[in-house]
This record gives sequence, C-alpha cells and structure tokens, in this order.
Amino acid sequence: MSSQSPRRVIPIKAEPPSNLSAAERSAVLEACARLKELPGALLPILHAVQEALQFVPKDAVPLIARELNLSVAEVHGVVSFYHYFRHSRPGRHVVHLCRAEACQALGAPALEAHAKSSLKIEFHGTTADGAISLEPVYCLGNCALGPSLMIDEELHGRVTADRFDALVSQSRERA
Amino acid sequence: MSGLGGAVKIYVPRDAAALSVGAERTAQAIVTQAQRRGVAVELIRNGSRGLLWLEPLVEVEVEGTRMAYGPVRSEDVAGLFEAGFTSGRAHPLGHGVTEQIPYFKRQERLTFARVGLTDPRSLADYVAHGGYRGLRAALALKPAEIVAAVTASGLRGRGGAAFPAGIKWKTVLGAEASQKYVVCNADEGDSGTFSDRMLMEGDPFVLIEGMTIAGLATGATRGYIYLRWEYPQAKLALEAAIGAAYAANYLGPNIQGSGQAFDLEVRMGAGAYICGEETSLLESLEGKRGQVRFKPPLPAIQGLFGKPTVINNVITFASVPIILDRGAEYYQHFGMGRSRGTLPMQLAGNIKHGGLVEIAFGMTLRELMEDFGGGSLSGRPIRAVQVGGPLGAYLPESQFDTPLDYEAFAAVKGMLGHGGIVVFDDTVDMAAQARYAMEFCAIESCGKCTPCRIGSIRGVEVIDRLIAGEQAAKQETILRDLCETLTYGSLCALGGLTPYPVLSALNHFPEDFVKPVRASSASG
Repeated sequence: MSSQSPRRVIPIKAEPPSNLSAAERSAVLEACARLKELPGALLPILHAVQEALQFVPKDAVPLIARELNLSVAEVHGVVSFYHYFRHSRPGRHVVHLCRAEACQALGAPALEAHAKSSLKIEFHGTTADGAISLEPVYCLGNCALGPSLMIDEELHGRVTADRFDALVSQSRERA
Repeated sequence: MSGLGGAVKIYVPRDAAALSVGAERTAQAIVTQAQRRGVAVELIRNGSRGLLWLEPLVEVEVEGTRMAYGPVRSEDVAGLFEAGFTSGRAHPLGHGVTEQIPYFKRQERLTFARVGLTDPRSLADYVAHGGYRGLRAALALKPAEIVAAVTASGLRGRGGAAFPAGIKWKTVLGAEASQKYVVCNADEGDSGTFSDRMLMEGDPFVLIEGMTIAGLATGATRGYIYLRWEYPQAKLALEAAIGAAYAANYLGPNIQGSGQAFDLEVRMGAGAYICGEETSLLESLEGKRGQVRFKPPLPAIQGLFGKPTVINNVITFASVPIILDRGAEYYQHFGMGRSRGTLPMQLAGNIKHGGLVEIAFGMTLRELMEDFGGGSLSGRPIRAVQVGGPLGAYLPESQFDTPLDYEAFAAVKGMLGHGGIVVFDDTVDMAAQARYAMEFCAIESCGKCTPCRIGSIRGVEVIDRLIAGEQAAKQETILRDLCETLTYGSLCALGGLTPYPVLSALNHFPEDFVKPVRASSASG
C-alpha cells in the first residue's frame, strides 16, 4: 500500500539562506556537531564559533538555531546579551582595556583617553589598518597592578601611555 | 626534596598578575642564563604568594628554605646569577626567607595555605602538602555528618552575600531528585577582587576537592565551574587539574574506590557582570540570557535545569577541605562574632603594597591599609576606600577604623562582600565615581526589572544635572528618591546595591558634587 503513495519528504528544517563563506559555515556546523549534546550547549557553541572565526556572524545565528532546535530569536537574544560575543569581524588583535574602579584609582581614565586618541578610535572600533580593535572590560582581576589591559589573551599590568604605545606597535608587527 | 640530580629549585609564578608584569620573560631568562653558566636548574611554575608589588617574585630553594627576590625583571637575571642567588646570597632585590617577610608572616593562611607554595599542575605535590585529606575524612562520614561539620564551622558564603554555607547544603541534601548539581561561581567580576583567580591558578585542586566534598554531602554527582572569560590562565590551570584528578580517580564514577561518583567541568562566561548573581549564572549555564530569576524557588530546591543545586563561590568551596581535615572547631576559632574563620582580603587600587592578605575577621580597615598596604602608591593621602566591589560603599577616613566583619560593615551601611579593597588618593573626584556606579549598573543590568534597567540610566542623567548645578537641590532630592526605588524595587543586588556607592559618595563627599568649575569628568 505504502508503495502506491510514496511519501513526500517535506523539509521542515531547511537550511536558512546565508552569506556565510564555506569555511565559516563549516566552522559553525563543526562547533554545533561537536558540542550540541552538552546540557546548556549554546554558550560553549558560541565560544567555539568565536574562537574559530573571531566573531559570531549574523548569518550563523539561524544556522545554530536550527542545529539546536531553538528559535532564531532565542539564539539572537543570547548572542546580544553577552558583551564578549562580537557581531562583526574585529581587527587582528583585540585590546581589552579595563575601566573598573581599581584601575580608575591608578589613572585608567587618562589611559583610556590616550588609547582612543592614539588609535583614533572609540570603544568597539577598529583602527583604519585593521590591526587593533579596542574594547572596554570591567575588571581583569589584576587590581593590585593596574591600570591593566589584555591583548588577545595576554594580560599586562602597570600600563603607562608609553607602554601602551609599545604594546600596540609590537602587536602591529605580529601577524 | 632535592631537585633533579641536585639541580637548584627556582620558582617563578605563572599567576596572571605575575605574568602581567613579565614573569614569562623572567622565567625564560633564568633558563637561558642557567644554561649559559652550566648551572642545573629545576624551574617550577608556582602560583603567586600574593605579595603582588614584588612580582615577578622569584624564589630559590636553599637547603629546604625558600629565599625571595623581587621584582625580578628579565634584565635583572644575569646580575642575580653573578651575585650567587642560586645559593641564596644577598642582592638588592633580595628579601630573605619568603615566609619571614612581615606581609606574609602576619597572615593566617588557611584557604591559601598552598597558593604560591606548590606546583599547581602537580597532584602529587598537592597530596604531599595535605591535599585530599579533607576528602578522605568526608568519605568516612555520612552526608548529614559532612553538612553538620560545615554548619558547625560557621562558614558563610565568601562570594559576597555571606549566607551560611551549611544551611544551603542541608536544603540540597534534604531535596529529593533524580539529579542534583554542584555549581561553583567563579565569575569574580567585582573590581578590586582577585582571590578566586589566584586560588584557581595557584591551587586548583583545593577547589576541586571542596566541590567533590559538596557532592558527597548533598548527593550531587555533577559539578560545573562557571568561569569568567577574562581569566584564561585560570582556565588552563583548572583544566589541567581536572584532568589529573580524573586520571587518579579523584573525579569520575568511582572516587577513590568508594563507589561514589562526581563529574566536573569548566564552563566559560562571556563578559556579563550580572552572571555573578547566582540565578543569573544558572540561566547562563543553561545556555540562556543571564537574566535574574525570581526567588523562591531557591536554587537549593530548583536550581540548574530545575534540579536541587549547591551554588557557592570559589573561596567557599576551597575553605571546605580544611574544615573536614582539621575539624569545624579549628576553623571556627578564627574570627569574631558571627564572622568565623578567615577572609582573603585583596588590597587593590592606589596602594603601595597591593596583594592578597588572608587574615581572621576583626582587623580594622586602617590596620590593613597601613600595616599591610603601606599607604597609597602615589604617596598622597588616602581619601576614599571602596570595599566590597562596585556595589560597595565608599568609606571616608572617619570610617577607616571599622573592623573587617560582615555585621560591622553592615552597621556603617557598607559591605565586606568578596573582600576587595580599592584605595583612592586625594585626587579622586567622588562625583565621577558616583556617576560611574550608575553607568556601570546601566551597562550591566540584565534588564529584567525596571528600577535597575531604567533607573540606572536616569541616575546617570540626574547626576549629570546635579554636578552641572542645574537646580542642584531638586536634583539631589530626585537622586535620593531614585536610589530608594532602586534599593527596594530591584530584583537582585545589582540594582539593589548600586545606591551604596552613589549615596556614600554623596553623603561623605558632598563637596565634590558642588564644584563650580569641574575638571573634566573621570568617566565620560
């Protein structure tokens, strides 16, 4: 009987259209495949995507939603809630500059002003040469040796304006 | 014991604070110089001793005694070899025997006993220094007896709220469920605090041991450490230690042959201060926006994935092994009043000798800042001190004699919180600090309740008008009214306590709010 009326497969979870490159798409799918069985998998997946691509592309959101059987709104809500997840590609190096009280007590506001003027960008911006993105951060746990900043995952304490310039130019020289 | 074939043991911390001032280059320079000079050296990457102004603090073991040199930059290393530091000889950077340095000697290191002393990647070193004795004791007890010991010790949550740990554990033990969880709040977001980070980097096994004991005590078989992304070194240390603990059956399906199971993993946060609030942290662990939950139900009844959950701070869990090992009475006899045991205080900001000071409750703030801290780093008078993180009050000089005790701080409308002390000299603009407190609340609000979400933004605007002198008396009335709404109308401590720094600045330093011509704002 069933052979007389072949069942039509109706794709209810078609892959949403996207502008992701093939490499981006496979990085997102790889992260989902590897981590989606974890309880509370969404944050680990977003971390894995950002680690692979340096940001969470807008078009990755529907793809992740499909893989986790969540709504796009749910995934978007999570990506946008957390300050750490970036929605656009950053510069080659990300400088996280501490704005919190312990660093304020040692001149963080002046360092922030120097950083913005010397890089000619505001927070969340990227320098014209694509080398450096500047982000605020609220405590790096280095409160006895401030002012502090983190370049990529490298922490620096007692950062003066001169030291800031030296660290930035070292980063520029690195790939 | 002796090193590799008589090699000299040299310790260079891998603590993030030490790395931030060049410990990695110092370690490399020591290896290079030792090779060039044909000196056999065993380099050990320990945690930090907590004398952070001396970092990178290099220690050399001479006949079983550790001698301190610091701060040692990479360019100082050749000179240290010339002076014979490998035999403990004198040098301008020398400080003698590490444990005789007054800053260290005057402390009561219970929770931090091994931090800086041992190799945090070595399980054998941990066990050799008294590690896992607490677990061994716990395995011989019934769950209710473990809970009773923690209750009797008087241990209160070290995250900030100071809720008695034993009561939380008892609730979870009494809850019936197919699965229970142990969650460690390692989202140490308060500015001025770094004790969780130092402990996780310097002695990760003690946290693992404490959480395992919590699992045994409550019948929970799964644990999570929720760690902030800003702590990549802590992540490496924890993951290495968890791997070693699994390999030696200190974690897994059959802990030390007891038939009891406990699994543990690290999960990373993503830069949301609010996730240090326990219900928001649980939401985040579940893969959601970190929005605060209504209480009740308490996490102990319906926590992670709706199951009974023990959730405590890093230092709370890390204090448990010694309680099980040495007994509740031993721990209980430190401290004062209802604040029992020790609290790792963190001296931060504009302070000469910043670092970690673990002492029994009861010392005054002034003693801590002057005797340990040595006054301000700038050499200028200390004008204000913020205790307890960004939601803690700013204390003026007249309150510096407050003893470090949860109740004594509550009495001056402050809070001890997680033990962070941020020192400001007399160049601080307290109106700017008040404005920043509101701004921070606006940036970090989870958005669930209106007083915090909108009140914080209105708070920034009102403070801006106040300091611009636009109908100042009226603005002050509005600001105080707004703070009352935040205090009583907010769902959690972020909105509820933001008035602490704001009002303490306004009450103790009113002159900063009425400057006719203000210097450019510190936080803009």
